[in-house]
Amino acid sequence: MKALYKIALLVTAFAGLTSCHDNSAPNYQYFPNMYESVGYETYSESASFANGKEGQLPAKGSIPRGFTPYEYENSTAGYDLAKANLKSPLAPEEVDEAKGQQLFTIYCAICHGDKGDGKGNLSKREKFAGVPNYKDRVITEGSIFHVVTYGLNMMGSHANQLSQEERWQVAHYVMKLKSEL
Amino acid sequence: MSIIIFNMKKVGNHTSISRILLFCVALSLCFSVSTFAQEAAAPAAAAAPAADAAAAPAGAGDPVKGKELFNANCASCHKLDAKSTGPALRGVADKHDKAWLYRWIHNSSEMIKSGDAEAVKLFADNGGVTMTAFPQLAEADIDNIMAYTSQPKEVAAAPAGGGTTAQAGGEGNGGSSNTLILGALVLVLVVLIVMLVLVNKTLRRVAAANGVVVVENEPTLPLWKAYAKNQFLVLVTVILLMLSGAYFLYGYTMQIGVDQNYQPVQPIHFSHKIHAGDNGIDCKYCHSAARVSKNSGIPSLNVCMNCHKNIAEFAGDKDSLYVDHSKEFYTGEIQKLYDAVGWDKAAQKYTGKQKPVKWVRIHNLPDFVYFNHSQHVSVAGVECQTCHGPVETFEVMKQNAPLTMGWCINCHRETDVKVEGNDYYKKIHDELAKKYGVQKLTAANMGGTECGKCHY
Repeated sequence: MKALYKIALLVTAFAGLTSCHDNSAPNYQYFPNMYESVGYETYSESASFANGKEGQLPAKGSIPRGFTPYEYENSTAGYDLAKANLKSPLAPEEVDEAKGQQLFTIYCAICHGDKGDGKGNLSKREKFAGVPNYKDRVITEGSIFHVVTYGLNMMGSHANQLSQEERWQVAHYVMKLKSEL
Repeated sequence: MSIIIFNMKKVGNHTSISRILLFCVALSLCFSVSTFAQEAAAPAAAAAPAADAAAAPAGAGDPVKGKELFNANCASCHKLDAKSTGPALRGVADKHDKAWLYRWIHNSSEMIKSGDAEAVKLFADNGGVTMTAFPQLAEADIDNIMAYTSQPKEVAAAPAGGGTTAQAGGEGNGGSSNTLILGALVLVLVVLIVMLVLVNKTLRRVAAANGVVVVENEPTLPLWKAYAKNQFLVLVTVILLMLSGAYFLYGYTMQIGVDQNYQPVQPIHFSHKIHAGDNGIDCKYCHSAARVSKNSGIPSLNVCMNCHKNIAEFAGDKDSLYVDHSKEFYTGEIQKLYDAVGWDKAAQKYTGKQKPVKWVRIHNLPDFVYFNHSQHVSVAGVECQTCHGPVETFEVMKQNAPLTMGWCINCHRETDVKVEGNDYYKKIHDELAKKYGVQKLTAANMGGTECGKCHY
């Protein structure tokens, strides 16, 4: 009987030790100074800035290197102007259909469908209604670029997910899809 | 009871214990089979109320065709019951004259220009946003759409509620069946113990009656003393203890700083299972920085709003069971997003009052190691799941891989590099393959295990 007590004691001790592991807290580190340097970490909190965040917006009006400012404004008038006047800066040999398709599949096909028929997975599952078929809409490469940049109605802006060049690749690919519908 | 009597008759038959065990198994099987039958009955009952919801009223047009047209043409700006870019459309046929509606839908901006008082007022009431003209919609099509919008609001809440309660009932049933089985097992154990004690007692009584003297054990040397006297045994135990101690010490030290399975509670409950799994949204839709930068990036909230500007409520899905959380819970989490990004759901516009969401970082390599996402995702074409695991099945995100150096190196040694179609480096690839005498180059062959590649 005594042996039984001892076994029970061992089991409880073992269970007690192992059950202390908590998945919702990070593990301890050996020499944490080696893991976390004094420099700012991406997205971290920092008392050095007025709003307490490490990630700051660039100064107003600053233009990133290699960036072409986009002149058309986010309004119905801007949309009409872009539709009529905006032309792709990509030379025909720069248009990379494979890349356009890849980006379209990631960013557009989830609503617009792989063929651009408005039957993406989200529309099929009735999560996102009202996605038009490209065939039924009058669109130009300029209007596509404008809409991807600013968004339109229920569609949001995709400017922070796609660079300008990538948006033009997508616009070319959309025009190709429209021609095939 | 019958077994106990049976045993008493055949005193001394020690193999009868196997019969008792057999009886226990049979008993527990009886219980478990009956509870499984109960579980099977529950979903059948749940299916019944769902069928009642299919009844729909009929109007002048065809509401089914109208729904199709509505979803294809109107739903990008209009919802039935809530303001979106345009006003809510349920019952719009009662608000305006039919002929007026035809004209409005075919070309609203012309009506406004021509000075139609009703049109100008509507335009002003909705913030001066021009509605797209739909000259391609025939009057019959518009009739169909009106029939759809004139349908009374479905009392969808009732059948859905019935479904969930039935579901909850089924779940409770599953839980109770488990406790039942456990209870039965405990009961059987208790019966066993009682029987053993009884058998022991009877045997002793029988022995006493027959005049057999039960020999009590002679007091012998205690076990631990005997053990201590045997020096060989002591030596072996010490060696075994040291070896096992070293083994556990090694295991303990090797897990320091390893955050595998780290699963913190996030400020907004984001289910990768619903987004990436059920809805099939590409990982890179939100983590777009993984294509082009060192960090995979925490998606900014405007990416959430690309879809959630439209999806304000969790609707769930008919072929998925959301057992972890209720629909109200998920809708509440969407509301948390709106609060953070400053979106007024009722007015459908941004208030400008934002507050940052303090996401808890899960994957965090130490600062003395360099890792670049774009190099792995875009250049090597490694699937996200290779390192992050089946994230599309995770309701709560966690770290799947240990992210230790051994784990990195292992993959670099085993993964073949795709060198096809890369003519610029063909010569150097061929030379490397010749040097190592291999057909296919691994990342390690190309210098993927050099210290300076990741530590500098």
